[in-house]
Amino acid sequence: MTDLIPAATTLAAAATGHGFLSPTGVEIAFVLVGLATLGAAFVTVTTKQLVHAALWLVVALGGIAVEYLLLTAEFIAWVQVLIYLGSVVVLLLFGLMLTKAPIGRSPDADSNNRWVALGVALVAAASLVWVVVDAFRTTWIDLDGPAQGSTKVSGEILFQHWVLPFEALSVLLLAALIGAIVLSRKDTAAGGTDDDTNTKGQQR
Amino acid sequence: MNDVLDVALRLIVVFAVFLVLPLVVGQTEHKVMAHMQGRLGPMYAGGFHGWAQLVADGVKFAQKEDIVPAGADRRIFQLAPAVALLPYLLVLVAVPIGPGEGAVGQVIDAGLFFVLAVMGVGVLGSLMAGWASANKFSLLGGLRTAAQLLAYELPMLLAAASVAMAAGTVSLPGIVDAFQWWWLPWQITGALVFFTAGLAELQRPPFDMPVADSEIIFGAYTEYTGLRFALFLLAEYAGIVVLCALTTVLFLGGWHGPIAEGWIWTLLKTAVLAFVVIWLRVSYPRLREDQLQKLAWTMLIPLALAQIALTGIVKVAIS
Repeated sequence: MTDLIPAATTLAAAATGHGFLSPTGVEIAFVLVGLATLGAAFVTVTTKQLVHAALWLVVALGGIAVEYLLLTAEFIAWVQVLIYLGSVVVLLLFGLMLTKAPIGRSPDADSNNRWVALGVALVAAASLVWVVVDAFRTTWIDLDGPAQGSTKVSGEILFQHWVLPFEALSVLLLAALIGAIVLSRKDTAAGGTDDDTNTKGQQR
Repeated sequence: MNDVLDVALRLIVVFAVFLVLPLVVGQTEHKVMAHMQGRLGPMYAGGFHGWAQLVADGVKFAQKEDIVPAGADRRIFQLAPAVALLPYLLVLVAVPIGPGEGAVGQVIDAGLFFVLAVMGVGVLGSLMAGWASANKFSLLGGLRTAAQLLAYELPMLLAAASVAMAAGTVSLPGIVDAFQWWWLPWQITGALVFFTAGLAELQRPPFDMPVADSEIIFGAYTEYTGLRFALFLLAEYAGIVVLCALTTVLFLGGWHGPIAEGWIWTLLKTAVLAFVVIWLRVSYPRLREDQLQKLAWTMLIPLALAQIALTGIVKVAIS
């Protein structure tokens, strides 16, 4: 997730650096929100407090939603809020609280993979930035014109030009869903009992 | 300048509604519950049938000392009530109460997505409160809140998607504009699923397992006192207003009525639904945690999916 955030900010940088010496208010707002998002993302991965990290992730993901809004992609922005803020982060917090979420620092939260993770993040960010910059080099969104990211436009583009990738993605998600069901049912079938507490006892 | 004035005026009106309607619902709850249980309820504050009881309660809350437990995560503990309350204020901005541009705080293109998305964020407040209180009961309450939200968000979204399919738009005024009377029998399953799931998201009885007083005191809000506690209560009642208004707008035709269309119908239907919410509180026992999850996954989601299929079939048949 953090990979997306540098990409968003560099997109902002690319947009303002596109030749206009006097950036408009929206462009300034875009860059500022981008910087805030980047900051929140940075704190997310550096803070020593697990739940704080999840909450900073909320700020970062919300920042991206604001960026979408500023790019007039209203529909995508609300979907971002719905899926990431409303569901993914809640799931994350649920998982944290269910397992280990001490108040205060958790020194054992750091793993030795820090530098590898940094490398992966940088490479992913670089490739995303490269793709975005290369794809939208000369594109310019007319913010004063009719909305280009409205629900109607997004829907038409998605279900006319991008139907195949959309369907492929849904098959992928379905496969993941079935996989999750299979994984979660395995123990019950092997243990030969439907009693939930019983299987949990066996696992321990 | 005129535009700025217009926006400011609308926001002030929405804010006033946000402050007044939840209190009206709260006071109605006092009285309706009392009469359903064969007693009178608050009778002294303000003179006439204790109308000022909630104002008095508010004054009491404001006077109380604001305590943060020693072991708590201070900042998150203090921030949580705001996170719980603000989403409902934002949602209210997008809910249309009458025909035309004048009767909605702000027309939002993807209004349906906006309200559902922002309403989902409110639960983060309960989670933050549950975790930051450094109290086992609070943590359990927070966990139950999260589990409940994850279970009931899906049927709610599916039911709302059914209406969006029927209307062919995700704009809230657009949905009400497209409403016909026969949508009521057509979308009735979706309406019931939406309302039930909404009740569960608000943690209202009979879905109040996360705040079950006989087991975990008051769940995520156990450690709160004074104004911050009042804010959580206000969030609950604002949530009732928002849920009832949304059900009205999506499923009951908003401002359409048998005679003379207008905002009065929206308010009337919302009020009736709010009464039903209170009624349910006094008439149903609390669902157990497993019953609660079972209801969502084995009843509401299949029902919502069936409603979507029905909507699709009818939609194709009439077009």
